[in-house]
Amino acid sequence: MTSVVDSLLNLLSFTGLDESILLILVLHIPALSIFLVMVVNATVAVYMERKVAAFMQDRLGPMEVGLFGFKGGKKFWGGIGQTIADAIKLLTKEDIVPDSADKKLMLLAPFIIFIGAFLTFIAVPFSQNLVVSDFNIGVFYIMAMSSVGVIGIIIAGWSSNNKWSLYGSMRAAAQIVSYEIPIGLSLLLVVLVVGSLNLGDIVQWQAENRWFIFHSPFTFVAFFIFFISVVAETNRTPFDIPEAESELVAGWMTEYSGFKWAIFFLSEYANMMIVSIVASVVFLGGWLSPLAIINVGIPDSWMIFDGPFIGILWLMSKAIFLIFVMMWFRWTFPRLRVDQLMYLCWKVFIPFCLANLFFVSIWELIGGLFFK
Amino acid sequence: MSENFLVKKFKEKVELLENNSILVNINDWKEISQFIFKSKFDYLMCITSYDLEVDNKIGLAYNFFSTTKKEYLEVRLEFNSTDEIFSIAEIWRAADWHEREAYDLMGVVFDGHPDMKRILLPDDWDGHPLRKDWKEPEYYNGMPVPKDKTYWE
Amino acid sequence: MYKILDKSIIGADEMVMNMGPQHPSTHGVLRLKIVTDGEIVSHIEPIIGYLHRCFEKHCENLSYEQIVPFTDRCDYLAAMHMAHGYSIAVEKLLGIEELPERVEYIRVILAEFQRIASHLIAVGVFGLDVGAITPFTWTLRDRERIIDLFESVTGSRLLYNYIWPGGLAHDLPPNFVQKASDFLDYFEPQIEEYNNLLTTNKIFIERSADIGVMPVDVAINYGVSGPTLRGSGIAHDLRKDEPYSIYKKFDFDVPVGEGLMGTVGDCWDRYYVKVLEMKESIKILRQALKTIPDGDVKSAIPKKIRPKKGEVYSRYETARGDLGLYIRSGGKNMPSRLKMRSPAFCNLSVLNEISAGWMISDVISILGSLDIVLGEIDR
Repeated sequence: MTSVVDSLLNLLSFTGLDESILLILVLHIPALSIFLVMVVNATVAVYMERKVAAFMQDRLGPMEVGLFGFKGGKKFWGGIGQTIADAIKLLTKEDIVPDSADKKLMLLAPFIIFIGAFLTFIAVPFSQNLVVSDFNIGVFYIMAMSSVGVIGIIIAGWSSNNKWSLYGSMRAAAQIVSYEIPIGLSLLLVVLVVGSLNLGDIVQWQAENRWFIFHSPFTFVAFFIFFISVVAETNRTPFDIPEAESELVAGWMTEYSGFKWAIFFLSEYANMMIVSIVASVVFLGGWLSPLAIINVGIPDSWMIFDGPFIGILWLMSKAIFLIFVMMWFRWTFPRLRVDQLMYLCWKVFIPFCLANLFFVSIWELIGGLFFK
Repeated sequence: MSENFLVKKFKEKVELLENNSILVNINDWKEISQFIFKSKFDYLMCITSYDLEVDNKIGLAYNFFSTTKKEYLEVRLEFNSTDEIFSIAEIWRAADWHEREAYDLMGVVFDGHPDMKRILLPDDWDGHPLRKDWKEPEYYNGMPVPKDKTYWE
Repeated sequence: MYKILDKSIIGADEMVMNMGPQHPSTHGVLRLKIVTDGEIVSHIEPIIGYLHRCFEKHCENLSYEQIVPFTDRCDYLAAMHMAHGYSIAVEKLLGIEELPERVEYIRVILAEFQRIASHLIAVGVFGLDVGAITPFTWTLRDRERIIDLFESVTGSRLLYNYIWPGGLAHDLPPNFVQKASDFLDYFEPQIEEYNNLLTTNKIFIERSADIGVMPVDVAINYGVSGPTLRGSGIAHDLRKDEPYSIYKKFDFDVPVGEGLMGTVGDCWDRYYVKVLEMKESIKILRQALKTIPDGDVKSAIPKKIRPKKGEVYSRYETARGDLGLYIRSGGKNMPSRLKMRSPAFCNLSVLNEISAGWMISDVISILGSLDIVLGEIDR
């Protein structure tokens, strides 16, 4: 598939400028749009989280703050402008820095995490031909870039000069680095079957055959291991030990306030969006419509609803469903202790993933003889 | 009855009071407390320190309970405010904090306690408030203690 | 259990952490000085006294009737129990043997409702400490209904000043029995919901079973009482062993910890004993509400409380354990010495013994299972 940058370059080639100058001009558009996507995502996700949490806890959530005069009243869409009010509050809040903290590192940490999330968005596709840069090592690039965030967390915990923050960031580092292995191994399964690291090729394969989650019992298990591991990667409950509210106040983010905290927050929700989109693209068929699975004999063009614009709709609904499941987890389960978390990763997930890899290879070999 | 057995064993050293509690001399307390523990009174419920307003004397009341025999025992000690009492914190661990509280609020010093320091009041407090002759200090850490409490009591 | 490594080989430094007075999960203003080796705890020292309000010194200048609101403020989550225990102690001191039946029934009904309310908070807050936020909001929702009942009877939500020595402040409102029975019908299936979400949840069991095991002899030596002691397997309940008031008339069991999900005496057992006790309280309440007699609640209240010289030590079973009140009277209308032995005071002292060798997350779990209220520890 062609990437957005390529199509923009083609569009503006009539100006006759030099390729590199055109590139520099064109790159601003995807950059700004990714930033916009991150901000809108955070706004919607925070509102969704508060409403989902409230309804699960038998209360109503934000109900007062309206948007441009639309209050929503006593119905479901009560406090629809709440996040905008929160954002304005965070931006105008006083920035408190503890006296003995390392100021330069404290300033650096949120931006490292933000850069990690931002750079990952480059390879994430939103539909056919709607990806900022079409890497042919897409999966590998996403895994690599999402690891950059760990550095930011460690720097944040260390520079706060607070023993509890240090605890939180050490736990976070151990957790994130360990859980990358099951993620990589589960993605490896998919790459093994498809034969390419490019995300567009993976969806193309799923369009021709079937969605990965239904492909074989091993990829079915791999989806669940992948999903639980990404919940651990993004530090959500039941794996939110680094920011465990009742133990460490806010863990490694304790000493941050105002704008820097808003950046942390933005990156956390951006991370959730990234992993949900990657999970949908790789396992759930990406921008393919689920109606294609049920072939009922009605003409294709009507039932399948494929197309670049409808594709965004399907991808987003799958991603939002996975985000909803992550929020559902947060309000249902208690949190795991650090050593139980590590036990789960190293002694349960990794052996399962390795066994999965072994069996999938055999399945492909033998199944290919029978089922192709 | 347990009082009878204590009176039987220690004869003149103890005295039976009207409400069935035993009055013990502080010099015999070490021996008697170990004997009480050996007689299966394993649950120390409460240690109360009280100020007898005569003669500068202070009293301690120990309430014991036996979980196996289901019996109660109350033992009292009465002594001058400068005496030191044998601490039973090694025998009944519940006594640890109760004795610290008696020291903190009444000023009873226990001999042999693992960690004798104040428990409820700040560490730099002067005096022992629960005594009847305690006067409020004029200043605490440089802040004057208000005398006129009309608007907040 | 985790073994603390031999320091001479590795030479790691011990870190002293302070879980300060302001902390989301220390149940009040409690300071814990934790000496750790990495994440493993080697020694904890609880430092209390941040909420000391000189209750005992005040009582020496107040008359016996005036002390009742002060007892409410000691354990503010189980205020009816404090007032009831104090009233029983003063009645023993005065020598009042018999109270009107209606007074006793109403006192027992309110005490059992208070027990359910206090256990709801204990259960919810334990879940909150472990990370499960939703059961906390559900238990608080149900506790609101109990508090509404209390408000209709006494006029206030948390600190009642209702149970006086010799009787009650005033009688029940007319439709109280109906509302109380409706609440019980609503509440009984809710306990099953909490069990579904929390008690049998695998992650919750991993966080609380086999952790902080308290052997019986340690518990008795430290003076532990209440559900904390019953979680270690002994059925010591003052309502059954030495029944005060009219508990002899009711038929109920005393739940003990049996080590269903781990060892006997771990955090899960102490938690589950509270859930079972709520069910037993419902049983008592149903029996009491059916047979409540008529009568005058103020007839036995003495005009002036002026006991003769003497002492009394009276015990009462509150939601947290064994409340002891030692009152010395010098013949005046004010006590010469009033000492309150609060159950949480002794329960907290056992923290160091049972948490050595566990991790910091486990310390939070153990502290939650001990169910302390700083108001009654510091008085």
